[in-house]
Amino acid sequence: MSGAVLKTEGLARRLAGEIPVTLVQDIDLQIARGEFVAITGPSGSGKSSLLYLLGLLDQPTSGKLWLEDTETSSFDEDELADVRLSKLGFVFQSNFLLPEFTALENVELPMQRLGRLSNTEAKARALSLLGDLGLASQAEKLPHQLSGGQSQRVAIARALANDPAIVLADEPTGNLDTASSAIVRHILRDLTKDGERTVVVVTHDMDFAAECDRQIRIVDGRIAKGAASDARLT
Amino acid sequence: MMSVFLNIALHHLLARKRQTLVSLLGIALGTAFFLGISAMMQGSETDFIHRLIDNSPHITIQDQYRNSQIQPIARLYPNAVFQMHRVKPETETRGIRNYKQDIDYLLGLPGVQASPMLQGQGLLSFAGKDEALTLNGMIPKDIDQVSTIGRYMVDGSIKDLTENPDGIIVGSELARVLSLERGETITISAATGQSHAFKIVGIFHTGRASFDETQVFLSLKRVQALLDRPNRANTIVVKLDDPYRAQALAAQIEAHVAYKAVSWQEASEDILSTLALRNIIMYSVVSAVLVVAAFGIYNVISTVVMEKQRDIAILKSMGFHARDIQQIFLFQGILLGACGCAVGLPLGTAIMYALGRLTFKFPGSTQLNQMPIDWGWKQFAVAGSFAFVAAVGAAVLPARKAAQLKPVDILRGAGA
Repeated sequence: MSGAVLKTEGLARRLAGEIPVTLVQDIDLQIARGEFVAITGPSGSGKSSLLYLLGLLDQPTSGKLWLEDTETSSFDEDELADVRLSKLGFVFQSNFLLPEFTALENVELPMQRLGRLSNTEAKARALSLLGDLGLASQAEKLPHQLSGGQSQRVAIARALANDPAIVLADEPTGNLDTASSAIVRHILRDLTKDGERTVVVVTHDMDFAAECDRQIRIVDGRIAKGAASDARLT
Repeated sequence: MMSVFLNIALHHLLARKRQTLVSLLGIALGTAFFLGISAMMQGSETDFIHRLIDNSPHITIQDQYRNSQIQPIARLYPNAVFQMHRVKPETETRGIRNYKQDIDYLLGLPGVQASPMLQGQGLLSFAGKDEALTLNGMIPKDIDQVSTIGRYMVDGSIKDLTENPDGIIVGSELARVLSLERGETITISAATGQSHAFKIVGIFHTGRASFDETQVFLSLKRVQALLDRPNRANTIVVKLDDPYRAQALAAQIEAHVAYKAVSWQEASEDILSTLALRNIIMYSVVSAVLVVAAFGIYNVISTVVMEKQRDIAILKSMGFHARDIQQIFLFQGILLGACGCAVGLPLGTAIMYALGRLTFKFPGSTQLNQMPIDWGWKQFAVAGSFAFVAAVGAAVLPARKAAQLKPVDILRGAGA
């Protein structure tokens, strides 16, 4: 499976209960390294559910998922957490920063948990990431002292902390004003510039989706017909 | 990596300063009260046991056997087909036979003081009043070695009994009831019909009214003559350098002399059981204080878990393991327990110190009494460990609950 950093076959997620609910089903897709992909679709179509499956935050009820050639269905909770820590980065709609920690500390946390860098090195890298995103002067501020756009940029810096192969963003511009949204979109676009990092974005914003290399449209939990899932690979 | 979890735990606690402080105070005060109350209880128990040990013989050898004697025929034919009932035991001569040999044996044991004693009943008739008395016939020069009565002398001394064989030492209550004074002569008669005049050479006051009214101390020879039991003793009183050897030594002595040897522990078994029961009640009550404090911690950490569900989801999405999350919340219990102990133990020490300096008067007493306080490293270890375990224990359930949270459930709920 050369070139595909993410691949799924027959991926499905159903919620058990008195009335079973199918969140997504029959998801077959491949996403290449360095690709910038948008997942679009109407509200409740299963976009976020698919993103959580791709990000190993949720486990499929059937189907398979490969991440960098490794099939993950046999992974236990700890192994999935290890993959998330080292290979994935998340950005959510609400900024989802830890409120008691400064911007700098928020970015440092994933590095401290991974333990590859010393505290000094982690701090230097966190400062560098915040600097790259134009937040060097905001490093010591707490999340409530930052604007929505700044918080979202801190969240992106935190997602990049362990240099992940894939960044998954769930409506990253959903709560932002136009100017901040443009900045965040630009930053996410730039992440794939070197062709090494893949970015998958769930969005309602069709302008943003149009900026992506490819769109995957989800309707009623399935990939809509005509939405090529492996355009970049072929 | 531990420092990351500790750091997050600390941030969580500091973000809820008031609740954290209340929980901390709960553990600290619980620990301090635990120490204070246990020191008082331990102190009063130690004081009581010291009084018990000091004021009674450590071992008393009595002129009776622990178990009734087996009939010679039963000893000879233990598996006999026929059994004889209503066999009257042989009449024993009262008193300890060859008590002088037993005394020699006892004095040969290390750290042992022993003296014979003949106890019997006598009647004192004075100024139209009759008082039944327990006559304690002892060798005057031995009294100080095996008895503490000398400490309670308020008039005269034991030495006067040595110098005057016809002397008698009476209690303050008897002296008060009969308006007796030192130097007066009283006549005591026994059931044998014998009577003898004794000169009061000393008065003691133990504070126990019945003892002070009914017990008198006289020379062994005189009591033997009064009771018509020459060269007899019915009790041997034993004092030990180490009173806590009494139980083992009593068994050894009993095996040797054949008569019943009762240690102070056996004689006071009911009191010691009461003390043990009192300790159980005390530790239960004080532990309840810490358990209540632990509920405070449970409440705080549970609330943090509820409020921090979103943060838990973020941490898990970052790649934190379930056990990492559990450790973060366990650390909160550990921090609260450790800080609670750090504050509570010195506070408890201060309380114990203050209690130890308190003086008060018992009703009707003219003496100033000090609160008996006894504390040692064991109490600190128990109080500290219990408080710490209670605090950490209180964190276990919320921590486990936090670890089990599924990030995707929280993210869905957040409307992402």
